[in-house]
Amino acid sequence: MSLLEIKNAELKLDGKDILKGLSLSVNKGEVHAIMGPNGSGKSTLSYMLAGRDGYELEGGEVFLEGQSLSKMEADERARSGLFLAFQYPVELPGVGGISFLREAVNSRKKFLGEEELDHLAFVKEVRKVASKMFVKDEMLKRAVNVGFSGGEKKRFEILQMAMLKPKISILDETDSGLDVDALKIVSDGVNAQRNEDNAIVVITHYQRLLDYIVPDFVHILSDGSIIKSGGPELALEVEKNGYAGLINAA
Amino acid sequence: MAATQETIDKVKEVSSTYKYGFVTDLEAEKAPLGLSEDIVKFISHKKKEPKWLLEWRLKAYKKWLTMEEPNWAMVDFPKINFQDIYYYAAPKTKPKLNSLDEVDPELLKTYEKLGIPIKEQEVLAGVAVDYVFDSVSVATTFREKLAKEGIIFCPISEAVKTHPDLVKKYIGTVIPISDNYYAALNSAVFTDGSFVFIPKGVKCPMELSTYFRINEQNSGQFERTLIIAEDNTYVSYLEGCTAPQRDENQLHAAVVELVAMNNAEIKYSTVQNWYPGDKDGKGGIYNFVTKRGNCLGKKSKISWTQVETGSAITWKYPSCVLKGDDSVGEFYSVAVANNAQQADTGTKMIHIGKNTKSTIISKGISAGKAQNTYRGQVQIQKNAKGSRNFTQCDSLLIGDKCGAHTVPYINQFTPNARVEHEATTSKISEDQLFYCLQRGLDIEQATSLIVNGFCKEVMKELPMEFAVEAQKLIGISLEGSVG
Ligand SMILES: Nc1ncnc2c1ncn2[C@@H]1O[C@H](COP(=O)(O)OP(=O)(O)O)[C@@H](O)[C@H]1O
Ligand SMILES: [Mg+2]
Repeated sequence: MSLLEIKNAELKLDGKDILKGLSLSVNKGEVHAIMGPNGSGKSTLSYMLAGRDGYELEGGEVFLEGQSLSKMEADERARSGLFLAFQYPVELPGVGGISFLREAVNSRKKFLGEEELDHLAFVKEVRKVASKMFVKDEMLKRAVNVGFSGGEKKRFEILQMAMLKPKISILDETDSGLDVDALKIVSDGVNAQRNEDNAIVVITHYQRLLDYIVPDFVHILSDGSIIKSGGPELALEVEKNGYAGLINAA
Repeated sequence: MAATQETIDKVKEVSSTYKYGFVTDLEAEKAPLGLSEDIVKFISHKKKEPKWLLEWRLKAYKKWLTMEEPNWAMVDFPKINFQDIYYYAAPKTKPKLNSLDEVDPELLKTYEKLGIPIKEQEVLAGVAVDYVFDSVSVATTFREKLAKEGIIFCPISEAVKTHPDLVKKYIGTVIPISDNYYAALNSAVFTDGSFVFIPKGVKCPMELSTYFRINEQNSGQFERTLIIAEDNTYVSYLEGCTAPQRDENQLHAAVVELVAMNNAEIKYSTVQNWYPGDKDGKGGIYNFVTKRGNCLGKKSKISWTQVETGSAITWKYPSCVLKGDDSVGEFYSVAVANNAQQADTGTKMIHIGKNTKSTIISKGISAGKAQNTYRGQVQIQKNAKGSRNFTQCDSLLIGDKCGAHTVPYINQFTPNARVEHEATTSKISEDQLFYCLQRGLDIEQATSLIVNGFCKEVMKELPMEFAVEAQKLIGISLEGSVG
């Protein structure tokens, strides 16, 4: 059984067809990259998977470990182990980073039937993970994403991923707005979490990220469906010839 | 109003049978319905008050008769029939229950959500258990500790007897009986409240909370509190309780007066959670309060912090009169209005002395079809050179049937001063909610987190243990408003 199975997903926004029969199957231990030009439906796909209001499927179905997601709300999906690193992380004025992380982690732990960590133990754990991501204490004390630089926002997303230990993570353009050093830190953070029990879907516009997070599979998304799949070499083809060649060939 | 004349006649009839005009029936539990001079006398007699206080009450009553109810606030309610209210009932001890099983399950649910320990739940709900007496002994120890420092902290009705000179000297000096309609009414018929006196040079070693006020009985609907801080003192006073409070009396009109001498600091924190009524506001409490502090001394400071979540109608403007040079006034407020609640609240900062400073941070949250108004006045008088005010009013709307209004009045009579006003209105965005949900928080946790983030600048002014409960309380009062 696949960890994540998307079957013929169809979705409309504002009456317009955005996802047009998209299928994808992701197994445990795999890293998939989804590449596509702007406006091809990458973020829409990630919101659909995460269960955002207004992104309900018109046709097709999605399964997480064999269970249909259609009746699950966004928060249930998250607690079940689906994580989305946002392309544009949202500011939460006045909400401290540590408290936010703590509520999130405890929600997940409660779902898993694990014991919640007490405050001190939790802070210690966060600091340990944060230091690997070069996230300073000072940043954790600030309000979530408020006044964070582009790089800080993305690092904070990956820190949340590391704390939540999801089964399936969807990283939406985690590389956008990062310089090379930041890109390396974020990629190291992601790579450290790869294991045999989880899977990662990396959404990106550029091949560059895939030098750092090396995928097992690459898929090209165009106009709401996957037009071509292959190995890491497919990404290099995009880099060399652009999307236009691939799309025309399809 | 039909009952009025009848009531008055009846009171007269009863009163004429007593030797001193109208007194000495110790059996009567309640004064007859309505308000008259005789009722005022009855109250004063019941409380065995000195003559000066009776005269003061009567003066207030006469003044009240000539006054009109204010109608400028953005609140809407049926006209109150002041002759249809009981103004005195013998202090009742709460009905004793045998166990928590006898308590309203709705109330218990809220206690639980607030994380109030079982023992305290029992005390709050009036369950007759042994450790209720423990809490009395705690209060006694507490009081002895205060007495050692020369601090007086007792019901004002007791202070009238034990420290009449102090009460007489200060009562009505901050809020004169003619101040406003409800203050006049309170002065005529006030029931009880706190009296605090901090003698020169003493920093009060603990938070003074109504919870520890000994002989605590229902203070009634016309509460009156007086706090005096002499030179070089500090006191922090906590009023209220996060647990939901129900009362059969619909009208509450309290008066709180604060006096700060040279270099004295008074911090007054309130959590108000009176019953707001049902979804349509039916049965909720009208909370019409007058609160004011006089910064009389140089470098004195008065700080009001309030978290207002309850009542059907809130009409409340805790204010500071900054007379002493370099004195400081602060107002930190969170007002939550959900369903049919109406809140019209804010502050007045009157700058009289030189280099006086005031800060106003107001956070209004509206949900359901509630209306939330900030109304504030900043007045910089002619001699208040070098004075400064900073005002920030933020409104958060949840849903699109509620309203937020900001009504600032600024009167500046000297050019040599600075007044700044900032106002924002925002909504909880769909993006924010989705972000929280995606991290596994449910819709109520998410709302509560975002709202508490919005209120943070105010919450951090609350004493620690109060802040934690107040945070939960805000979440609870907004339950069901999103999603
Ligand atoms: N809320 C919306 N209503 C209507 N169209 C939308 C909405 N959001 C996105 N779109 C459209 O859907 C398409 C895919 O958008 P998106 O998923 O953001 O693409 P990508 O992430 O690949 O750049 C675009 O044509 C975009 O304009
Ligand atoms: Mg996108």
